[in-house]
Amino acid sequence: MMLIPCPWCGSRNEDEFAWGGEACRVRPDDPFVLDDIQWADYMYNNRNEKGWVLERWCHTKGCNQWFEIRRNNVTHEITPHGIEDADH
Amino acid sequence: MTPNLNRRSAGGSIDRDRVIRFEFNGKPYRGYAGDTLASALLANGVRVVARSFKYHRPRGVIGTGFEEPNALVQVLGKDEEPNVQATCLPLSEGLSAKSQNCWPGPEFDLGGINDRISRLIPAGFYYKTFMWRPWNSYAQVIRKAAGLGEIPKVRENGHYEKRFHHCDVLIVGAGPSGLIAGLVAGQSGARVLLVDDQCHPGGRLLSEMAEVDGQSALQWSQTTTEEIDSLPNVRRLANSTVIGYYDHNMLTVIERDPVQSWVRERFWRVRAKRVIIATGAVERPLVFPNNDRPGTMLASAARVYSNRFAVELGRCIVVTTNNNSAYETAFDLVRMEQNVQAIIDTRETIDDQLLKKSRDHGIDVLPSSAVSNVHGRSGVRSVDVVSLSGSAPVKRLECDVVCYSGGWNPLVHLHSHSGAKPVYNKSLACFVPGQPVQPALCAGATRGVFGLQGCLEDGLEAGRATVEALGLRSTSVPLPKPSDSLPIQIEPIWEIPTASRAKAFVDFQNDVTSADLRLAVRENYASIEHAKRYTTAGMATDQGKIGNTNVIGLIADQLSVDLETVGTTTYRPPYSPVSFGAIAGSHDGPLLLPLRTTPITQWHIDAGASMNEAGSNFRRPFFYPRGDENMASAVKREALAVREKVGIYDGTPLGKFELHGLDVTKFLNLIYTNTWDNLSIGEGRFGLMLREDGRLLDDGVTFRLDRNHYLLSSGSGTAEVVYAHMNRLLQVVWPELNVYVTTVTSQWANICVCGPSARQVLVSAGIDIDLESGSFPFMSIREARVAGYHARVARVSYTGELSFEVNVCRREGLAVWQALMNAGAEYGITPVGSETSAVLRIEKGYVSAGTEGDGITNPFDAGMGWVVNMKKPDFIGKRSLVRDRSVGGTRQEVVGLLPNDEAFVLVEGSAIIEPSSEGASPNYLGHVTASCFSPNLDRSISLALLKNGRSRQGDTVTVSGLDRTTRALVVPPVFVDAKGDRMRN
Repeated sequence: MMLIPCPWCGSRNEDEFAWGGEACRVRPDDPFVLDDIQWADYMYNNRNEKGWVLERWCHTKGCNQWFEIRRNNVTHEITPHGIEDADH
Repeated sequence: MTPNLNRRSAGGSIDRDRVIRFEFNGKPYRGYAGDTLASALLANGVRVVARSFKYHRPRGVIGTGFEEPNALVQVLGKDEEPNVQATCLPLSEGLSAKSQNCWPGPEFDLGGINDRISRLIPAGFYYKTFMWRPWNSYAQVIRKAAGLGEIPKVRENGHYEKRFHHCDVLIVGAGPSGLIAGLVAGQSGARVLLVDDQCHPGGRLLSEMAEVDGQSALQWSQTTTEEIDSLPNVRRLANSTVIGYYDHNMLTVIERDPVQSWVRERFWRVRAKRVIIATGAVERPLVFPNNDRPGTMLASAARVYSNRFAVELGRCIVVTTNNNSAYETAFDLVRMEQNVQAIIDTRETIDDQLLKKSRDHGIDVLPSSAVSNVHGRSGVRSVDVVSLSGSAPVKRLECDVVCYSGGWNPLVHLHSHSGAKPVYNKSLACFVPGQPVQPALCAGATRGVFGLQGCLEDGLEAGRATVEALGLRSTSVPLPKPSDSLPIQIEPIWEIPTASRAKAFVDFQNDVTSADLRLAVRENYASIEHAKRYTTAGMATDQGKIGNTNVIGLIADQLSVDLETVGTTTYRPPYSPVSFGAIAGSHDGPLLLPLRTTPITQWHIDAGASMNEAGSNFRRPFFYPRGDENMASAVKREALAVREKVGIYDGTPLGKFELHGLDVTKFLNLIYTNTWDNLSIGEGRFGLMLREDGRLLDDGVTFRLDRNHYLLSSGSGTAEVVYAHMNRLLQVVWPELNVYVTTVTSQWANICVCGPSARQVLVSAGIDIDLESGSFPFMSIREARVAGYHARVARVSYTGELSFEVNVCRREGLAVWQALMNAGAEYGITPVGSETSAVLRIEKGYVSAGTEGDGITNPFDAGMGWVVNMKKPDFIGKRSLVRDRSVGGTRQEVVGLLPNDEAFVLVEGSAIIEPSSEGASPNYLGHVTASCFSPNLDRSISLALLKNGRSRQGDTVTVSGLDRTTRALVVPPVFVDAKGDRMRN
């Protein structure tokens, strides 16, 4: 069970949080400039990169706030967004 | 005088002053405090303790702890429990247990026939055989034959609980390495948790005759423990097992029979800054024919039973080994005046000093020899000894105990759980921990350091390194000086070459033989992961703790590769079996799913309502049976009352949200499919909320209470999802919007008065506003005093009748409900439950997002195109709806169904098929989503999702239910008051 640093509440067990997907997925300001393929890509395709990823989490069983963290999905190392690990 | 047949009159760490009576297979026995069930049985001369899983071969105890594959028993009595390892069960007064896998008993067992027909049931037998007929036809027979213990028939009442713990250092294992590491870490001031699975700390020191610092090993571990226990920053858990190592240094511990006598087991979740894994190692058997006969035993186990429990193992003992460690057993046994006839050593060269020492102990050493067979079915009688180098004839040795050692397996399980990989060490012939991936260190035998001196050094060093990593200062703990121990000097031999066709076991618990593994490799299940699953080697409750390395060795031999290439299977938590009670903790009975109540819940129960679980953890009245009414008659009475007189319904669970802010209107335009710009204060509007993929998420009415203040309602079951949806949109997608969402579901009691007489009831209860449609039209909200209480009264309808929803402060909910009940008495007011509400919904054809919305349905499919304004620039779901419409094609649409048999209620979920395609390959058209018997139409009705449903209205379709196929007429999805005059009245 990961220990996730909530920027408001501090480090808490993973089961207090909901995973919110890759932070790089941003809803387009105008969805209608996207054709069907591009829209489907936004809706359903993740990058699924191995290693360090920027992702969204929500502290659903705590403060209910959304935030971003950088997580290595191989080793589960976590750094709060913006604080890059020197080695990576 | 000794009460036990096979017990020395002195020695060992048992308390001879405390006799403990227990029962095994119905026979009374006596043991001593300090015994385990296994040691007590051995001391009483009970050799056959169980039958094996597949072949039902008689089996005895071969190990001393969680590695034990054979001695599984069913503990009887009020805390009945199956699959308990006799080696891990401390003897307690009145304990009663029985053997498993046998009937009528372990000595004579009818299932033993499997051993005789074993050639018909090789590895993979089930996969090869049970694939032709439906599984159901033989599942029952197999299920009876398979499985280990029996599930207890009575509910267990033990108390279990959970704990969370944070510490600087968690030390797993209180053997020599763990104890010394605990002392170092403890003296540094770090918060330490020291966990050990035995009742007494010491690990191997409990049963070794070595000396440490001039005192006996046992004494040294006791003094060291006392020193550790005197430190206030160290907490020690005995009789507790670390069962899992998870991300970010979280480990789980099962504490059995803690000091608090009312707690049976305690489940700990420990978050540690650093971990020291000092779990030690377990010995593995040598693989030779009939190596499972009762009387065979791991050499280390023989040492434990003899030294610690003062058990006399037999009259004549043979030791067989491929390494030096078994010699220590042989010497100890001789010191205990046991007759060790020979050491049969597979190695050609044996250390001279060892040979001399053996001679001094009067033991014959046979180098370059191996046991090639064991005679005696229910107990060892003799062994065959072959020469591995020459052609000397097979020699038969009479004996009743065979102690074997095929080397040692470090317990790398936790290290593996943590995400790290074990690596093969050729000179030690075992897998040892590789690079750690979490802040943890392995120490002692876990790391392949088997000698006592090495374990102490390693533990000391691990303690020091851990303390330094924490930034603390370590005090100098002197390194203890133990007596010499032998280097292991192993020469692995994975199977004794022999002409015998008798079974040579690799995995005792699952009855996997070397022949099974060879068969698996021949059939190309050569990957260790495949071989494991095909033969089941390494599965079951012991997870192959003694056998896994032999499995890997045998496969490597067969493939002519080294063990590193074959690799290990993945170790996963739990390390040892865990009871369901410990996992559940106190989450049992009413605490399993704490239920939410409304202020009126108790009134419903007192009124005799049948309660059922509704969404969001609420329990709601289902219907209120009167007299000898059943569900159908009660629902019929309630539904007719709503349509003809007046009903009252507790709508409190309805999701309620207050939205404040300058941009609420804009936000509503984005989350709902329709337009919200022109809503006047005091007016409400029905809204449809979609997911971004255009599918139904929720629906409900939102009222404008003030210029920037709205009251939004969601379904009872969808309240949490709707809240999360809005919350995400406001924080992630449109953080610039000025909108504040507050959940008020529990703050307001919601009482719905519905039916033609609703107005009269409210007037009679006392209301200070005009209820006529002119001043209080349908879909509006007013502040009022109802029966003297401040209320928000809304005119909405989920039943299709004239309805007023009276929202009052939660604490006044019951009073208002009672006032309305009293006022309504003369109008025949009837409390209605959620089942009646569902019937009324189906009659009106109101689409429910959770029922007709099945993850595919869009608003147009649901016949709710009237709520969608495709001219709005954007709303959640619009882009996907545009695609739906441009792609076109066949869609499932909501329709009504009238079954030809008016009395038959279609089963919800039934498939709808083309009538012309009944039979072999039916043409699937959709399914029934909701059904009921309509009291108002006096016939059965249904809602359904049907391909091109609207254009099929007037057609007849076939409905294929569970056990009845019927026909039904497709109609528009509204059965009562299609125009909606009643609710607007």
